[in-house]
Amino acid sequence: MALSREQIAERLAVAGYVADRDLPVALQLMELLDRPLLLEGEAGVGKTEVAKALAAVHGTPLIRLQCYEGLDQSTSLYEWNYQRQLLAIRARESRGGSDGADAREVEQDIFSERFLLERPLLAAIRRPDRPVLLIDEIDRADEEFEAFLLELLSDFQVSVPELGTIKAASIPRVVLTSNSTRELSDALRRRCLYHYVDYPDVDRETRIILARVPGIATALALQIARMVEGVRKEELRKVPGVAETLDWAAALVGLGVESLHDAPETVHETLRCLLKTQEDRARITPEVSARLLGKVA
Amino acid sequence: MGSALPEVGEFAGAGVSMVRRLSGFMHTLRENDFAVGLQEGVDAALVLALPFAARRDSLRSALKALVCARRSDWMRFDQVFDAYWLGWGHRRVVHIATHGKAATPAEVRQLAGPDAARDGNSRLGDQVPREDGAEAPADAHGRMEGASRVERLAETDFRKIHEPRAMAEAHALAERLAKRMRTRLSRRERARLKGRRLDLRRTIRRNIAHGGVPIELAWRKRKRRQLRLVVLLDTSGSMSLYTAVFVRFIHGLLDHFREAEAYLFHTRLVHISTAMREKDVTRALDRLSLLAQGVGGGTRIGESLATFNRWHARSVIHSRTCVMIVSDGYDTGAPEVMASEMRRLARLARRIVWLNPMLGWEGYAPSARGMQAALPFVDLFAPAHNLRSLAALEPYLAAL
Repeated sequence: MALSREQIAERLAVAGYVADRDLPVALQLMELLDRPLLLEGEAGVGKTEVAKALAAVHGTPLIRLQCYEGLDQSTSLYEWNYQRQLLAIRARESRGGSDGADAREVEQDIFSERFLLERPLLAAIRRPDRPVLLIDEIDRADEEFEAFLLELLSDFQVSVPELGTIKAASIPRVVLTSNSTRELSDALRRRCLYHYVDYPDVDRETRIILARVPGIATALALQIARMVEGVRKEELRKVPGVAETLDWAAALVGLGVESLHDAPETVHETLRCLLKTQEDRARITPEVSARLLGKVA
Repeated sequence: MGSALPEVGEFAGAGVSMVRRLSGFMHTLRENDFAVGLQEGVDAALVLALPFAARRDSLRSALKALVCARRSDWMRFDQVFDAYWLGWGHRRVVHIATHGKAATPAEVRQLAGPDAARDGNSRLGDQVPREDGAEAPADAHGRMEGASRVERLAETDFRKIHEPRAMAEAHALAERLAKRMRTRLSRRERARLKGRRLDLRRTIRRNIAHGGVPIELAWRKRKRRQLRLVVLLDTSGSMSLYTAVFVRFIHGLLDHFREAEAYLFHTRLVHISTAMREKDVTRALDRLSLLAQGVGGGTRIGESLATFNRWHARSVIHSRTCVMIVSDGYDTGAPEVMASEMRRLARLARRIVWLNPMLGWEGYAPSARGMQAALPFVDLFAPAHNLRSLAALEPYLAAL
């Protein structure tokens, strides 16, 4: 029985993920239509977290495939264990006897399951319990890989020439993420459900801080969220994401700050949790941080 | 439109009228440039039959996940949804800066020909004072005596070409030139791919049949990223005498160059690659003139660059990208904006080439404030007032 939207939202919250309005419905649709979900958004808004939370919601394992330029089938799908195969051949040779009938036997032996190395994609479709398959930063992979992935996502079967076709034991829940460093193909976009992950608003960010940083007071969490919102509006090279906010909140809690207004200097010094480049740091001078702090009620 | 949905009876959960409404919504989405096909229609109808679709906000979320395919869709969806289901009456949501289709029919043929362009001149605010004659290259015709017609054309400032036939010839020449540039660049790319290394893993894999004796060798090729060209074309009034030629030039570049993107800007930035990839030039120009309409007033180069940097740069610029800006640098915005946006762009792109047609004028100094602000970040500042100067770019691009 599929979970209802409220149940999904509830379980996401238990998993520590504070969802926006649209996400629970998208996750529910994923379940109902058996379609992959494509997540786009700026770096650091928590796209990967969605997949982790989804795995927690359904109580299934998470299998992750990190994409990069040059990723191919042998690193994503399966590979033969060459070293073991060679060893097996040598071992047979040393035992003596290598006539024609034996050679076929050798071949059958070394191309059996024992010598097959599972990579994330194969692992995901061979599991019986519908795991969450996270294909991270698909935009970094080449176009050829994208085409291959599209085929896999529609058939859910893989053909290994030496072994035959392997059918999926269960259809995994597929989550793809993209930072849009490259335009994805229309075919892939149309195959997937789409969700754009935006920077959270103050209210949601406050709830995220409360959920993720133990022992933080609500008032401080709200102040932090407001401050971060202000920082994001500055002209920065790297806009801080949610992970940075959480780092900063943890730092402030660790330093025993109870209200941002009590310790403007500490605030300015710890802002480096949010600012990750020299240039951005130079931009947010003590005056700027004081001005931002002034806007925080 | 009803054909986009299967038998209504299949979706007993949803009323017939609801399915009809939905099919109307699909139609509205299509009018608004969402890529909604048969499959989306069927899925949407399925969603409608589910119990949770009874609530409008969950229906909204569900349809949003279903029909959106990119960020620009995502940002417009709510507006279209509200317009349709809440009856606000918008039929079409216009979003030029990020997506790029204008709603009203073409009235400007600014890019199609020199005559139309000159007519459109007067209503634009950023006109450049021009004293014809003073900066005319006097020897443009005399010196080329005896040379072929084509060659003389190559030397003539685009502004000086009045005869429609000569103009058409110049256009064709620009396009041919762009194509030639493209093929030569690509050939150079291929020659470079020769660096080869032994692929050990594949070699072993391939030679298992030979008992591990390496008979067939596998090689690894070095994959290089192709040079990508991103062209930003200024189509404001002050550039109107030149845009026609540059549009042809860009069309030639995009026609076969897989790795090229083009944008035009006046007061806003518009992505034109799709329109320009139309094989037929006249049709490409037609589609373009729809996009090219600037709302009166001046050129906002700085702001257009900001839009480009914010929304487009990351997906079109990679490590081997040359950004080519074609503009006279007359910016009505603040020069500070221009400077900061150029700084950002310079950091992203490998090279910035600024083509300024006026640089070919005698006695012209790049004194416009916008131009001054941009210059420190420009790698190559070149004239582009005739075909010869365009051709001179090729060696530079090939060396990137």
